[in-house]
Amino acid sequence: MMRLPRFQYYAPRDIAEAAQILNSEGSDAMVVAGGTDLIPNMKRKQQMPKTLIALRKIDSLRQLTNGSGLNMGAGLSLTELVRNDKIKSDYAGLWQAAAQVATPHLRNMGTLGGNICLDTRCSYYDQNYEWRKAINYCMKKEGEVCWVSTGSKRCLATSSTDTAPALISLGAKVRLTSADEERELLLADLYQDDGIDYLMRRANEIVTEVILPDSNNWRSTYWKLRRRGSFDFPVLSVAAAASMAKDGSIEQARIVLGAVSSQPLVCEKVDEFLQGKKLSDEVIEEASLLCGKVARPVKNTDFNPAWRKRAIIRIATYALQELRGDDMSEQRLKIARHIL
Amino acid sequence: MSTRDKLSVIGKSRRRVDGASKVSGQTKFADDIVLPRMLHCKLLRSHLPHANIKNVDTSRAERHPGVKLVLTGNDFPNEYGILPVSQDERPLCKEKVRFVGDPVAAVIALDEFTAEEALQLIDVEYEELATIADPLEGLNTPEARLHEYSEEGNIHKRLSYEFGDVDDAIAKSEHVFEDIFFYEGCTHLPMEQHAAVGHIEADGRITLWSSTQCPHYVHRAISKALEIPTARIRVIATPNGGGFGGKTDPFNHEIVVIKAAMLLGRPVKIALTREEVFYCHRGRHPVLMKYRTGVDKDGKLTGMHLQTMLDGGAYGSYGVASTFYTCVLQPVTYHLPRYAFDACRVFTNKPPCGPKRGHGTVQPRFGQEVQMDKIAEKLKIDPADFRLGVIEQAGAMTANYLKIGSMGLAECINKVVERSDWKNKYGKLPKGKGIGIACSSYLTGAGNSIYWNAMPHSGVQLKLDRSGKVTVFCGATEIGQGSDDVLVGMVAEVLGLDPLMIRCVTGDTDLTPVDLGSYSSRVTLMMGNAAIQAAERARDLIAEAVSKKLGVPLERLVFADMRVFDTEDPELGLDFHKAVVCGEEMHGTLGTTGSYAPPEPPGKYKGSGVGPSPAYSYSAAVVELDIDELTGWVHVERVYIAHDLGKALNPVLSRGQVQGGVYMGLGEALMEEQTFQRLPPRLSNALVHKTPSMLEYKSLTAHDMPEVIIDLIEDPDENGPFGAKEAGQGPLTPIIPAVANAVYDAVGVRIDEVPITAEKILKALDKKARGGEGRVGPDKFPEIEWPEPYEVPPPWEGGDGDAVNKPKRKRAAKMHEMDKFKKAVSS
Repeated sequence: MMRLPRFQYYAPRDIAEAAQILNSEGSDAMVVAGGTDLIPNMKRKQQMPKTLIALRKIDSLRQLTNGSGLNMGAGLSLTELVRNDKIKSDYAGLWQAAAQVATPHLRNMGTLGGNICLDTRCSYYDQNYEWRKAINYCMKKEGEVCWVSTGSKRCLATSSTDTAPALISLGAKVRLTSADEERELLLADLYQDDGIDYLMRRANEIVTEVILPDSNNWRSTYWKLRRRGSFDFPVLSVAAAASMAKDGSIEQARIVLGAVSSQPLVCEKVDEFLQGKKLSDEVIEEASLLCGKVARPVKNTDFNPAWRKRAIIRIATYALQELRGDDMSEQRLKIARHIL
Repeated sequence: MSTRDKLSVIGKSRRRVDGASKVSGQTKFADDIVLPRMLHCKLLRSHLPHANIKNVDTSRAERHPGVKLVLTGNDFPNEYGILPVSQDERPLCKEKVRFVGDPVAAVIALDEFTAEEALQLIDVEYEELATIADPLEGLNTPEARLHEYSEEGNIHKRLSYEFGDVDDAIAKSEHVFEDIFFYEGCTHLPMEQHAAVGHIEADGRITLWSSTQCPHYVHRAISKALEIPTARIRVIATPNGGGFGGKTDPFNHEIVVIKAAMLLGRPVKIALTREEVFYCHRGRHPVLMKYRTGVDKDGKLTGMHLQTMLDGGAYGSYGVASTFYTCVLQPVTYHLPRYAFDACRVFTNKPPCGPKRGHGTVQPRFGQEVQMDKIAEKLKIDPADFRLGVIEQAGAMTANYLKIGSMGLAECINKVVERSDWKNKYGKLPKGKGIGIACSSYLTGAGNSIYWNAMPHSGVQLKLDRSGKVTVFCGATEIGQGSDDVLVGMVAEVLGLDPLMIRCVTGDTDLTPVDLGSYSSRVTLMMGNAAIQAAERARDLIAEAVSKKLGVPLERLVFADMRVFDTEDPELGLDFHKAVVCGEEMHGTLGTTGSYAPPEPPGKYKGSGVGPSPAYSYSAAVVELDIDELTGWVHVERVYIAHDLGKALNPVLSRGQVQGGVYMGLGEALMEEQTFQRLPPRLSNALVHKTPSMLEYKSLTAHDMPEVIIDLIEDPDENGPFGAKEAGQGPLTPIIPAVANAVYDAVGVRIDEVPITAEKILKALDKKARGGEGRVGPDKFPEIEWPEPYEVPPPWEGGDGDAVNKPKRKRAAKMHEMDKFKKAVSS
């Protein structure tokens, strides 16, 4: 089997200690929660931290508290999220996203914080060391060229997190903790469109908490497209959330596309278009076409980009129909291969 | 004496004999073997697709702490390969590397981690060569040549045969159908990655444990590659965690660990990574194929001319056999009065292709069965009825001299038609919903061994003693298909025992008689017949003693319910344990053997050795699916399959095999592809596997599996043990064309190319919407200079099974390798 490189391992008991170690170890250190992303990457020598700071023994990271909204510790496993009734009822989009990450085994290990920090993915990068040597590496690790588009000045690796688009559509904030400060920012602002520097997290910061506002009259949904009903990362996804007035017209909508950019793609144009409108078939069609226009899939994952660009219209339609309240179980069965 | 007429073990669903140890995790696979002082091996694999090796400097790696040995191509004297005509592999490459993943050096160290570290310290100097990415490039690029022994340039092998004047038959036909199809390559994806342990005993004898399907062939290859007499080598096939044909070749890593163990005097293990398994490959060849088929006005087939071109990858492997298999089984499903084929295999700079479940026949069956659908549509006949009207007969001899035994295809078709309510669905489902049918047939064991010999294909030995225990020995290999269970089941039935009373020892060249291996669906039939023979001989010995002891005439003795007794007075008898004691008293130590060799094939022409089988299995499948016309997204709803397996020996296992075939067939139909890519040539010479991982090489998950409705059709074949034919490979094949045909029924587009993806369906729908042909698939078959065909008149045109002409053929350049091998073995 592929073996892990050697590393030093710390297992602190509280956040302050973890932040302290991260601060003192500098750029050679990484934090690890479930390890479902980082450990295979280390075996493939994509990331070679000399020090791993494990977050698994920090109890406060696994807390889930109700306030006006929902405060979720970043160390909660995806399985724990899926088993939470409040998430299922009030934040359906997040629940559907978490339930469709990888496989049951990986959801048992993988955490919320890990999923929102998931390394960007690319078919030229997510390969073992020998394979990457055979293509003389790529811009994201050890090489110079972006093989997705050799003229590209930046890395085009794709944001493949399922929970982040759902969380952003729900208006989530994220708490970052370092040895000297603690700050909160909108989850949407955690990301930028660069396959290498995709996170605005500072090197000494740990994602400690995700905060959801009160769900009030918001509805949400998450549709993930992948070739198979399990395992696969998204080739595109649509997170849609909206607060609805009593007459069914949209007060505010947030549509976020996953896996079509190096960051979760916030579709402000679609949000603006939907504002004040009722989700008629015509409105849904136009909004879905708009989603298709803003999406910029590239050739670095399963399915070709032209098809993904077409498919996003269909998937956005399904998402908006479900948001409207349609029974989408038949379509869900065909797309997700099982009823969620 | 006899076995009771009513079968008590055979035909009953029971727990397989190796079931408990598998589900409780006790089965020891090759990677579970740990020996004292064991060392670990890793291979340095080429990162270049095609290059000459100028120099390998191992000095830095040798100095690395923990490293015990570094081997290179210079440490190995001989080439080897599974087929005598393709002795083109080396344990480690010496002069050149031929694909990304070809092994160049090996490091043996205290642990795997250290060995892997040291790989980075080996300095290889390469001289890069031009690369060949596909067979068309290979046809047009004779240099740089991958192998000197190829027929011409990079063309490995060409075949050409004519069974009657097919051009004449087609010319006189009412309708002529010409279709071109492409079947993408795919790999086996067994759950267990290959692993092997080499060990040298104190007296210098060599033992290899390996996850191999064919210990006997590995045994021979080691002998040749390392110039060690076979009598000093023991190969033990550990239970395989799946094989599907991917572990039927002798592999470089097996020979490397033996060599290392010999040099170091310590056991050496290698356990491949998933990436390395993709590089071992030997999977399904990508095949381009062209069919020209004539049909008369009554809807009967008049003749078929099939041409195939195979992408062989970098080595011979089973390739010459695979090339034949892309053509030889076409006539065993539907009657073809005349038949001709040309086939060509080309070397490319990719992992070698070889046999995968349905070896070489799956690709052309896809083309044939989709063309059948097109013919039926043109003739306005229901595709199921059309097939029933042209079906080959039981007991028939085909145009290419394959002797068919039992033939349950009609029953299979009728069964799936009835089950699926075909008549009310075909052509009548709402738009977007579709239903498709297809059929297939497969061998129950190749009629000939990989190397020519007049010995049995399978041997079974039985040991019985005063403990009452029966031990059965056979060289067959349990790869998950249930061969141990078949072996025990046969003996239990004949001796009237509970299968759990019998111990079986299999796949060990020191302890067990030779069986050629778990490939070509041969084990149940060949091992089964040998086991019956051995068991009947044991039964006769015991019966003789019991008859004397009890004073009951021999012919009245019955073996059943763990007793031997008088049929006329069932109270009079001995329990089995006492009966064996009786036998041992009379005969001394008890032991019997049984063996099996297939019947002499009727064809006499050169090349007639590929295709004959003691029995052919038959299947028919109906697939129902749903397609979203805006995206081409496919959702398979149900699969109905009926498989004629002669006799279900252990029905729950038979159904498992059929279900597994459906699973694998759907994967190939919808998503599996082993594809490669180049980078922009001005920047890179790379030619790499696109998806060498279980995450990105897509095969179905449990969520993607539709409902499968299975019917086992039992049309016993006189050559099969208790009438049994195969179930392991055949049921995969009809699934792929049935999907393609259902897609057409659903949305009216033809995807003449596998896998059938949403992208391709959408593309075809777009083309159709623009007024074009609603089809995605290859448009042309290249011009290939075929050799003069062997002309063999079919049986009904006065043929005697031999060719009437003597076409000139180039003698394979490396035949002297065979001579070297014989010398090595005899020394």
